[in-house]
Amino acid sequence: MTTTVLRPPRTRRRDPRSHYPMWFYLPAAAVYGTLFVVPTVASFYFAFTRWSIAGSEFIGLENFVLFFQEPYLLRGLINTVVYGALTSGLKVVLGLLLGVYLTSQIIARSYLRSVVFFPVLVSTVGVGVTFSVLMDPAEGLINRVLEVLGVAGPGWLTDPSLALVSVALVDVWKGVGLATLIYIAGIVAIPQEYFEAARVDGATRVQNLRYVILPLLWPATSTVIILSLIGGLRSFDLIWTMTRGGPGFTSDVIASVIFKQYQAGFWGLSAAGNVVLFLLVSALMVPLYWGLSRREVER
Amino acid sequence: MFSIHRPPGPARVAGAAAAAAATLALTACGSSGGDDGTLTILVDNTEATVDSVQALADAYTAANPDTEIDLELRPGGSEGDNIVKTRLQTGDMPDLFFYNSGSLLQALAPEQNLVDLSGEPFMDAVAETFQEGVRSDDRVFGVPVGNAVGGGVLYNLPAYEDLGLEVPRTWDEFTANNQAILDAGDAAPVIQTYGPDSTWTSQLFVLADNYNVLAAEPDFAERYTANEAHYADTPAAMAGFEHLQEVNEAGFLNEDFASASYADGLAALASGEGVHYPMLTNAITELRATDPDALDDIGFFALPGEDPDDVGVTTWLPGALYLPQTTDDQAAAEDFLAFAASVEGCDAQTEAVGVTGPYFIDGCTIPEDVPPGVAQLQEYFDAGLTAPALEFLSPVKGPALEQITVEVGSGIRSAEDAAALYDEDVKKQAQQLGLEGW
Repeated sequence: MTTTVLRPPRTRRRDPRSHYPMWFYLPAAAVYGTLFVVPTVASFYFAFTRWSIAGSEFIGLENFVLFFQEPYLLRGLINTVVYGALTSGLKVVLGLLLGVYLTSQIIARSYLRSVVFFPVLVSTVGVGVTFSVLMDPAEGLINRVLEVLGVAGPGWLTDPSLALVSVALVDVWKGVGLATLIYIAGIVAIPQEYFEAARVDGATRVQNLRYVILPLLWPATSTVIILSLIGGLRSFDLIWTMTRGGPGFTSDVIASVIFKQYQAGFWGLSAAGNVVLFLLVSALMVPLYWGLSRREVER
Repeated sequence: MFSIHRPPGPARVAGAAAAAAATLALTACGSSGGDDGTLTILVDNTEATVDSVQALADAYTAANPDTEIDLELRPGGSEGDNIVKTRLQTGDMPDLFFYNSGSLLQALAPEQNLVDLSGEPFMDAVAETFQEGVRSDDRVFGVPVGNAVGGGVLYNLPAYEDLGLEVPRTWDEFTANNQAILDAGDAAPVIQTYGPDSTWTSQLFVLADNYNVLAAEPDFAERYTANEAHYADTPAAMAGFEHLQEVNEAGFLNEDFASASYADGLAALASGEGVHYPMLTNAITELRATDPDALDDIGFFALPGEDPDDVGVTTWLPGALYLPQTTDDQAAAEDFLAFAASVEGCDAQTEAVGVTGPYFIDGCTIPEDVPPGVAQLQEYFDAGLTAPALEFLSPVKGPALEQITVEVGSGIRSAEDAAALYDEDVKKQAQQLGLEGW
């Protein structure tokens, strides 16, 4: 180690903002490279091949043509956007309300905070299986309770017009804890002086929320929107566990369409689908991210 | 996917976990099988397959005490297809494996991955009909395990007796029977099961109608493979979709069809809550395991078509044992295949799991006292009134049929629309296989 001390020029070559030499990154880079970069680049290549167990053959853009001709793709696209917007919107609204509520002076505050956060910790597949049982049209607890109240419950997961919404609601139940946590952190970080000033001016609770908390929470809101929208657009696990994209194709999203192609052995086609999904998510998220962060700076 | 699969039921999850553990153990040893007197066979985890192959293995090891045989379980359905393809591709397949015959086998690129058995003397005992289902060019790849399977309607015999109904010979008679059952009000005329793991059961109306399709259009399979005939422009082929739409619109289905599972469907049939269940006859093996007393109440008839004078059943070939080219122990594996293709092999299976139809091995017989459903299937075979399912005549089979038929059976999509959509769906498979004319 003494040799490094004797060679001061090394330190000069280092980026002054960095505390560690570059080769500290190597192990992480090796893992990231082999497990992420290489497969990603390879999948971009395979997207241009007809790839099955018999081997792969370069066919240019044919997979993309085929993918866009997929008859259920349009349904999947619409569902993806609906699902992403619905879950993201509900998480913002409910997360904000819960965040405000759970930072006010209430009984059992930390207990309630844990209760709200708990579903985030449970495995998605576990949640999906549990809710599939709860939402069963005849035997499920939800419809049993509704029956006692004199209401005929719908087929939550079997009614084609309801299935996607039901899954989205479960997604919100599972994910709203994270949004709440981000909002709680944001609210707690607001300096007390603002609230004191508002109190001096005689602000009501609603005015407090509208003119103090909401504007100062903008960074938290943009984080929640971006995280939940990306999650919603790529969502697959919950939908697959609860409906398999059914009944029929009515709750298919892009990710489940791609997965079914992969299962059918159309490996090149599903690679092409993933490239399309990647481009779609980027095309939506990059401008959104820029827009949101610009607004943050302006404030 | 291509063929009708049975997905793993809850009881089989333990088996799958055991299989996963076994896989780990094998990987740790760095070999699967090897030249140590142990044969490993990869099988799917359905009751029928595991019990049949286990019976063969037990009988074989009793005669050959030096050999040990291990079964390794895998899930069924599309997930199982993935496992088989991946393990073949990575050279990690055990000495032998069990898999479907027909178009599903063709998707494994058998000429690149499997050992050609056409020169083996034991193949002489395997029926020509079966060899057709495991052939690629002039090479033959598999030895059958289990019996011929019929696709048609399993029905509740006591209900037929109570209402004084006759086995229908045409679709109209079938509809009349359904109406009579509906009017009696005690049971659902037709059972359908579209729960998330059971969507494959929705395909029977279309797939099991192939006898009637071929009766009307004898060259449909060839023209279909050549992209000259399609479901949407062939009325006889479209009929399957239309029948499914009809039973939904007439209100013949069980109330919980949208969420019921295959097991629920069989239970409803056995108890008489439902009277007709369009299904494969190997469901009888499943019933034997879950509710053996019900077997005497279950009958079988072919899916009815238009012509009362030409009533026959659509048949499926059973799956087969295949020998991957990567096996370390080819001689021992071939010796086991020879046993599977012998009369002793059939008898071992009959004793362990019973029979649901005729064998494809020369000299094999089935016992006299079979359940009524099996006896009724046997009558079609004896009379020669059978036709293979389309997947044994054409490699073209789209992956989305079960979702499409669920939509038709649920009233989401019309039959006409569904047939056109399915014609679109099969294009991908045909192009993937590099067929002419697509």
